[in-house]
Amino acid sequence: MNIAISNTSDKPIYQQLFEQISAQILKGELGNGYSLPPIRQAATELRVSIITVKKAWEELERLGLIYTVTGKGCFVAELSPREMLQKRNEMILKQMAIDTSYYKSFGLTIEEVFELLKEVY
Amino acid sequence: MLALDIRNLNKKYEHFQLKNVSFQLEKGYIMGFIGANGAGKTTTIKSILNLTRIDSGEIHIMGKEIKEHELQLKQEIGFAFGDIHFYTRNKIKTLTNVIKSFYHNWDDKAYYNYLRRFNLNEDKKIAELSTGMKVKYSLALALSHGAKLLILDEPTSGLDPVARDNLLDIFQELVEDGEISILFSTHITTDLEKCADYITFINNGQIINSSEKEEFIDTYRLVNGKVEQLDGIKDQLIAYKKNSFGFTGLIHTKDFDPALDIKSTLPSLEEIMIYFARKEDAHV
Repeated sequence: MNIAISNTSDKPIYQQLFEQISAQILKGELGNGYSLPPIRQAATELRVSIITVKKAWEELERLGLIYTVTGKGCFVAELSPREMLQKRNEMILKQMAIDTSYYKSFGLTIEEVFELLKEVY
Repeated sequence: MLALDIRNLNKKYEHFQLKNVSFQLEKGYIMGFIGANGAGKTTTIKSILNLTRIDSGEIHIMGKEIKEHELQLKQEIGFAFGDIHFYTRNKIKTLTNVIKSFYHNWDDKAYYNYLRRFNLNEDKKIAELSTGMKVKYSLALALSHGAKLLILDEPTSGLDPVARDNLLDIFQELVEDGEISILFSTHITTDLEKCADYITFINNGQIINSSEKEEFIDTYRLVNGKVEQLDGIKDQLIAYKKNSFGFTGLIHTKDFDPALDIKSTLPSLEEIMIYFARKEDAHV
């Protein structure tokens, strides 16, 4: 599991944790059954507060990406390819909604956005 | 279980008073205690340790009232203050031998481990130590008798950035197994932004806010607008600064109307402290 936290980012740290781990799960880098480090240990290593890690783990669990076994820890959930795709799309749509409102603030049409997107893609 | 439970603490001095100070720290977590100089941090800490007589209120440490169980509780508390005045002509070794005899659970192995980590030489005299080294020595003492609650007053203030970073690592290692809790006061808020789980903010003898760190910060927004917009929002602002480019102010998130064309961001702990201090000034 790879995590890089930025203290200067506007994003809350728990969200950075959540986004990076969920991306790794959805890309298949962290496979089904992968055991996440214990919350307190992760907090010490990442140099963030315990509650921050707890929140990120809770968010991952809420979305069904990981599950908890009491006394054993947290594990990456088993997801069918269809579920993976669906969750990936949910996340991408969320980001697109944010980007779209930015484009709209300049009055761009969807066609203009397509054209610009083609240039950078 | 609560490591620390303070309820309705009152203490009146001629020119200053603690008013109904209440906050709780759950076992196994780190709480940062912030406030400007003279806000009441040290008075609160002294009250917790029963070093000053309180007018009213209740202080429980690990479920026990400090006044009734002082001797027993102090075995389980490690405390260190930013400015310590040891007898200066003795060697560290001599002083430690005196201090360790007070503690039933003194752990020599832990003590020497901290001396090594802090680069302290026990043959040095206290007079030969720099400010930072004195702080480190008192921390080594506080950490070497199996304390379950650490109460540290400005432990990082005399330390350079490297030593502070080192100390924060130690704090996080200490709470990792969930048994030890730490309350530390500081005005270097960047130390807390990383490792603290809870923040308690005291201003002018009163607790302004005590909550989980991200929730604490989320209670406030820093707003940034044009001078013309100031009148419309002024009454809701905790405090503000104005210049020819516009104004910046601190507001309670619940009072902020996102429909207004005013930019808002999350403040840092330092910004929250600064604007509350300005609020005080404005009323004088």
